[in-house]
This record gives sequence, structure tokens and C-alpha cells, in this order.
Amino acid sequence: MPQQYPEVDAILKAHGLSQSAIISILQDVQKHYRYLPEDVLIYVAKCLGLSEAKVYSVATFYDNFSLEPKGKYVIKVCDGTACHVRKSPLILNALRRALGLNEAKHTTDDMMFTLETVSCLGTCGLAPVLTVNDKVYPAMTPEKTEALLKQLKEAK
Amino acid sequence: MIAKHENNTEKYMLIDGLKVKLEGEINVLQVIRKTGIQLPTFCYHSDLSTYGACRMCVVEDDRGSVMAACSTVPRDGMSIKTNTKKLLKHRRMILELILANHCRDCTTCEKNQKCDLRALADRLGVYGVRFDNSRPVQPVDATSPAIVRDPSKCILCGDCVRVCDEVQGMGVIDFAHRGAEIEVTPAFGKSLSETSCVSCGQCVAVCPTAALVIKGQTQLVWDALHDPNKRVVCQMAPAVRVALGEDFGMEASGISTGKAFAALNRLGFDYVYDTCLSADLTVVEESNEFLERLQNGGPFPMFTSCCPGWVKFVEEKHPELLDNISSCKSPMQMLSAVSRKYFQRPEWQDGKETVMVAVMPCTAKKAEAARKEFFHDGKYDTDIVITTSELSYMLKEAGIDLPNLNPESPDMPFGLASGSGLLFGVTGGVTEAVIRRCMGVKTSEALQTIAYSGVRGMDGIKEAVVELDGKEIRIAVVHGLANTEKLIKEMQAGNIYYDFVEVMTCPGGCVNGGGQPLAKKRQPIREKRTTGIYNADGMSQLKYSDENPQVKSIYHDILGIGEAHKLLHVHYPHPQQD
Repeated sequence: MPQQYPEVDAILKAHGLSQSAIISILQDVQKHYRYLPEDVLIYVAKCLGLSEAKVYSVATFYDNFSLEPKGKYVIKVCDGTACHVRKSPLILNALRRALGLNEAKHTTDDMMFTLETVSCLGTCGLAPVLTVNDKVYPAMTPEKTEALLKQLKEAK
Repeated sequence: MIAKHENNTEKYMLIDGLKVKLEGEINVLQVIRKTGIQLPTFCYHSDLSTYGACRMCVVEDDRGSVMAACSTVPRDGMSIKTNTKKLLKHRRMILELILANHCRDCTTCEKNQKCDLRALADRLGVYGVRFDNSRPVQPVDATSPAIVRDPSKCILCGDCVRVCDEVQGMGVIDFAHRGAEIEVTPAFGKSLSETSCVSCGQCVAVCPTAALVIKGQTQLVWDALHDPNKRVVCQMAPAVRVALGEDFGMEASGISTGKAFAALNRLGFDYVYDTCLSADLTVVEESNEFLERLQNGGPFPMFTSCCPGWVKFVEEKHPELLDNISSCKSPMQMLSAVSRKYFQRPEWQDGKETVMVAVMPCTAKKAEAARKEFFHDGKYDTDIVITTSELSYMLKEAGIDLPNLNPESPDMPFGLASGSGLLFGVTGGVTEAVIRRCMGVKTSEALQTIAYSGVRGMDGIKEAVVELDGKEIRIAVVHGLANTEKLIKEMQAGNIYYDFVEVMTCPGGCVNGGGQPLAKKRQPIREKRTTGIYNADGMSQLKYSDENPQVKSIYHDILGIGEAHKLLHVHYPHPQQD
């Protein structure tokens, strides 16, 4: 193995190199890299004695796993029923316009922002809601969203 | 789940009101099949795990619940109906939904009349599909030297995924994504050529549709046959002769050696040779190598080298074992090399280019022939490899009716083979042939002793101990790469020791190769083909490879001094360390 992944080794060790812990392992790997890099998945497969195709199968099954690098700020706009009827699509469109993203393109070229939708964040009382790196922003409007973006851009 | 019950009262279940005894069947489907009802299935194979994906074998219990018979455990007193109004409706609907996302170029599809999906649509009376195909068309992957994968024809039964993982331990392909986006693919959407695929073709053998097919090279053969400036030479492998007839309605265990050679002559090959002869050469070379290793102290175990899937497996997974593999070329490559040498003689210098064609039961042979180690002076030793299935396509296209041909024999000087050479077609055969050669005693009793030493049979890992010059030689015979991996792990852990190990990638050996005619019931067919090989060996007057006069004359007349090693051996280099 030409490349070494000490952080991944630590994660694998923490899960006892168990094949059945593959989901937890991938979650931890994603936490570290903010996505699942291909070379790391190949390394994980080799260490666990699983086929690459099996690991790829698990990684692509769950929406929570991403095989593409994500931006510094991951914005998740809730599009569950409650948020949707309280006009979350307008928020999503405002963000897409402001960041130059679309349905196929989720991450800005400068790797600052990734924009995703989620089906429900479970905080329907706060609708419409979005999260930035797991911090919840309730009762959003397109205007409030633009202000938030500005704040995030200045914070870099 | 159902335990054996010697002392218990007998258990029964009701199939369509008929009382059927339970005899340890692991699922309801097996019980139903005992009654003569052939429920349709795509994803059920007795040699693979039960998956329950295709839902064609749905049955209804007496409370009206619908379940898949393949994944339901039979219970005493259970009552099952197999053809209720509800079930017929469900089955047709399920099939219609499968068809909805399937490519419909059936008339020009190479699986055509052999397609299980098409056969079932006919059988269930599905003559229209009410839904649009919503699956985006994906490109065909033709990068592998042996296998073509067309995702638009995949019905997601998972047969290929399981055979690759469970039987071969490779796991090259698996399901990815989910819901409407689910697909069978190599990891990271790579092409097959970028994976560790060994080209064994077992996925092709189980695929019910044309999502996985053999990479056909028949057109190249036709082109060569039609070119007056080419001398087209053909060799036929041992396992081809016990299977080719199946595609023409002949009995599986029947040997169609003479008819097959006649068919090759009718196609227009200039010379037809028998790979069994070069299998004899392999036996001699491999035995010598083994005896040399015994003198020089190893390395042991010595692994056989005739199976190209196995060689690729070692390169991919166990490069540390490369030096343990015998340096002998496979019989196919030996015959090509030797006959090329033969056609270089002055009497053959007629301006014609010699084209070497091999008919093999194997898809991996296509990959083997294209290896760089076999490329000399601007030519590959073997130009074209076609499988048994491809040969039967050619015969059908030409209207050559195999069963009605009068038997003919292969041409000399490469047409005479011993029974030992024939044995290469089955698991344990190479070992049996090598033991025959190494043993000093050549009596029919000795042959029987070898046959019953443990090398024959369908056990995944077989062991035998023979005595050679007072020394005990420990032998293992393994088939299926998952079994092989198990054996290697045990050896590397120091739990077992062998001097000689024969490996065949395909379960059962070459008779069950990925290029053989497609069979519905894979296990019984491969056993019949095996019987065919043993019967042919039983009938052969020559039993020992080293007694084959043609083998002797090849060494004497064709191979010069020192040339035998160059032409009959190969070195597979270690993969470069990064």
C-alpha cells in the first residue's frame, strides 16, 4: 500500500476492524474528510476484507454519504411537507441564484458552499428551516437567507 | 432451519391441496418443485444464496398472504397455493414491470431465444407493456477482453453479483445506489477492465438476459476463413467435446469429439488439432518441473498454471505466490507456440499467413491469449479464442447440423492425445494426469488407485496423498476461487501443507467454464459433462501422457534442443511495486 491513512487506521481500530461496522466506519470517515474519498474507500475495503464494490454499494445506498467533496459550509434546506408549504422552495431558489448552483451542481467552485435539500429535519414547528454545518436556522425567508450568506462569506 | 428428524414423525405440507412430505428442503420452492410444478425464477440458483429479488416464485398461503417461495422456510402443516387468481395477476404484473425498464431490441439481441426474460414473458402471456422505460440508457461496457456488460438489459436479479462474490470470492460487481437509480456496477462506476475481474465468465453463465455476454469474436474467425491468403489452424479444448452437443439437443454426457472435429472441418479450417495433445505436453513438462522442484527443494506448493483465471487471481490478490505457479504455459498456449514453430518449416513457406484459432470452454482464455507475455515478433501465439457457445453460433449460422455429421478425426501431427490429456477438462484432472505420469507402476490397478485417491468428485477442496520414491506427496485440488482463497489462507496460516495444488477457477473445472453452452440446471449438467470426460478417458487406449508417440515426436522432430523450455514455458512477472 503506497499511501498511509493514519486517521482512517484509528477509525478502523476503534470499530475493531469489523466488517459489520462498515456504516459507522464510513460515517466517521466522512466526518473526518467531509466526504468519502475514493482512495480511502478502497483502503477501507482492503483493511476490512470487503470488496471495493461492496463498500461502494453501502456508500451509495445512503443519501447521507457523499462521494463528492463538500464545501466548507454545508447548507441543508429542509423540503419536508411543513417547510415546503411555508415556501422553502423560494429559499432554495434564492440560495441557488446567490451561489450559482443548480439541481446538478451542489458545490461552489471555491469549495466554500454545498447546497442540499433534506426531506425533513424534524423541527416542523420552526418551518421553514435550514441548517449550516448542523446549526439550525429557523423561520427563514429569502431575505434572511441572503443576510446569512453574507455573514458566512465575511466570516471566512 | 428444518432439522433432520430421524426419530420424529414425518412432516408434510400441502401444495395446491396435494400432501407432500418434507425431506429437509430448505425452502418452499424446493418442496413445490418435487410436485412437478416449475415455478418461474430469475434469481434462484441452488448453488448461490437465496436472494428473493425477482418475486417470480410468489405463492399464497391459506390466509391469503403472498410470499416468495424461495425465501420461505417450509413448516409442518403449511398449506400453499401456487396458481391462484391473485398470484397469476401478481406474476404478470411483476414481469411487466421488469420488462418496462428493459431494452426491447429482442429480435437483434444476441441472447435472443436463449433469454430467460423473453421465455418467461411468453410463458406467462405478457404480450404488452403498459409502462414507459424510465431508465436512462447507459453505455455498454466492452472494455474487458472477455465479457460485455450492457446495463440496459439488466433486470437486477443479482445472480452475477452473488456468483462473483460467493463462488469466486471476487466481488467485482455489486449493487450501487438505490430505488429507481439502483444498478449493478463495478465499484466507483469503473469499467470491467479497470477492476480485478479474472474474466471467468461465471456471471455470463448465470445472467438470465444479455446484460452480461461473452465478447464474441466469431466474425474474426469468419474473416480469417474467408481470406485465401491465410492458413487457418484450429485447436479444440477437452471440455468442448462434452458440451457442444447440448446446443444441438444432444445428451450432455455424450461425447461429440468426432462430430465436433467434422464440424470444424466443414467450417473450413485448414487444420484442426486437439488441445488434449498439448495437455499431454503440459503433463510431461509439469511433472518434470515438479520432480525438479522435489530435487531442488521447492518452492512448494507448486500450483498448476493452466487456468488463466487463476493466474490473474494470483496477480491481483496474491502476487507473493507467483513463483509457486508452475512455469508451464497452458495447453492452449503450448499448442499455438508449437504449431507456429511447425508452420515455420521450409515446406510450409507458401506465402500464407498462419492464423491460430482456439475453441475453448472458457472466457478467460480470451484474456490469456491477449497477454503481452505471448506476443512475439508482432504476433500473438493464439490469434483468436472463441468459446464453445460461439462455435455453436458459427455452426448454426452455417447450417451445420452437428448431430447428423459423420465423425472425423483431428489432423496430425497434433491430433493424437492420451486419456490424461482429456482429463484437463475436469477438476482434479490435471492432478490425476500428473500422478499417472509420475508413478512408476503403470497397471490398470494403479490407475484405479489414482482415480480413487481423492482427486475426483465435486467437493470444493479435495485432498490426496501419494507416495513417490518413498516420499509422501501431499496434494490438494481446489475449484472455485472462493474455495481457493480459503485454502491459501489456511496454508499461509501454517495450518496445512501441500506439495502440489491444482486450481481451477470455475466450479467443476473447465466443463463448467463461462464459455460453455448455457444450462438451466447448472449442477446436474456439469456432473454429466464430467462423466463424459471420464468415459472418454476410460475408452482411450493411451492412458499416459508420456507414452503418447506424438508427444515424443514433438520433442524429437519439432522442438530443437533447448527450445522446449522456451516454447513451452512462460514467466509471469511480478506486478510492479508502487
